Amino acid sequence: MTPEEQIWQALDDVKDPEIPKVSIVDLGMITEVRVDGGNAFVTMTPTFAGCPAIHVLKESIAERINQLEGINHTEVKVSFEVPWNSNRISDRGKELLRESGFAPPPVHEGYIELTVISQAACPFCGSNNTVMQTPFGPTLCRSIHYCNHCLQAFEQFKPVA
Amino acid sequence: MEALSSLHKEAIREFLYKMADDQLILGHRNSEWTGLGPLLEEDIAFSSMAQDKLGHALALYTILHEHLGEKDPDTIAFTRNERELRCCHLVEYPIGGYDFSLTRHFLFDTAEHLRFEMLAGSAFEPLAQVARKIKGEIKYHVLHAQTWMKQLGSATEESKARMQSALNETMPLALGIFEASPFEAELAEHNIFAGEHELRNRWLEVIAPTVADAGLVLPDIDALTPAYGGRQGYHTEYLQPLLTEMTEVFRIDPTVEW
Repeated sequence: MTPEEQIWQALDDVKDPEIPKVSIVDLGMITEVRVDGGNAFVTMTPTFAGCPAIHVLKESIAERINQLEGINHTEVKVSFEVPWNSNRISDRGKELLRESGFAPPPVHEGYIELTVISQAACPFCGSNNTVMQTPFGPTLCRSIHYCNHCLQAFEQFKPVA
Repeated sequence: MEALSSLHKEAIREFLYKMADDQLILGHRNSEWTGLGPLLEEDIAFSSMAQDKLGHALALYTILHEHLGEKDPDTIAFTRNERELRCCHLVEYPIGGYDFSLTRHFLFDTAEHLRFEMLAGSAFEPLAQVARKIKGEIKYHVLHAQTWMKQLGSATEESKARMQSALNETMPLALGIFEASPFEAELAEHNIFAGEHELRNRWLEVIAPTVADAGLVLPDIDALTPAYGGRQGYHTEYLQPLLTEMTEVFRIDPTVEW
């Protein structure tokens, strides 16, 4: 494994602080990994500009990578150069979101309308007979929906263009 | 990126400050609905939009810090006095009733969505990158605002009358968003921003159909006097008390590590 591959693998241990099954790699938040001698450089793109987890994620990334053999120092940069959008979440990430009780975001074509946001399959019973209750949920990245089939409220990881 | 000439730099600095200050102040106003929203969902909506706006202010202050040599974002946000702020009067007003807050939210966020769409192609790359991100987030704010304008514009006689009167009252303030800067020509010439006048025209085209769909009547724009002055540091009586409250904890010990 190259040092870069080792870092990508290690980054899979850094999870979303609120959805502990899903890693920041699954969410598509890592846009660049580079190693120069004993120095590692990682670039992260935030899911939302106002996400309060950015600071703690930066620290967790550096802490995890510094444990790797041959790495003395890790620099984590937050950049909007590659803007995050919900299509960046991997298939495995979507599956893990579902297992954690969240509907994954529908794939979009760069443009979000109410019709796109409202489509959510219930993560509990799989039914498409659901309604969106509000596009603003307990965190910036989640909306609240209700399943008419199994009569459960659930959250969706929001589609963002 | 090529070195910025000093005029060019001054133009961008002024431009970033006014956008960031709008986000900071309206973000704080939105947060005043936390715990008071008329419905739980609306309480969460305004709280979420407050958090988004502070994130947008932070991203813009970070550009000022990293590319234009200004102080760090916290210092910029919490230590400038009223005269140094460049926000427009619209964002300074207290939250008032829900009719006013929703109308302000609709008029302001529609303008901001269009502004950041325009800026996504800006020749000033750090701003273009942030704009591409912000426009996707503000889309949610715009959809929320449109839903409620339509809902309340067509619900009961009382809701209709209140929304119409809020719209009449808020419109001159909203026109103050587009107060021209001394650097309009400079920004346009360097393809940084096509200008407040252009933005205002696009905004009028977008708000008109929503207002009509909501069964409301857009006031005669040409007959209104826009609330200008904010971009030059002249503010309403409401800004200083907000700043005093907002910086109260910070001022106890500005050097403390959080």
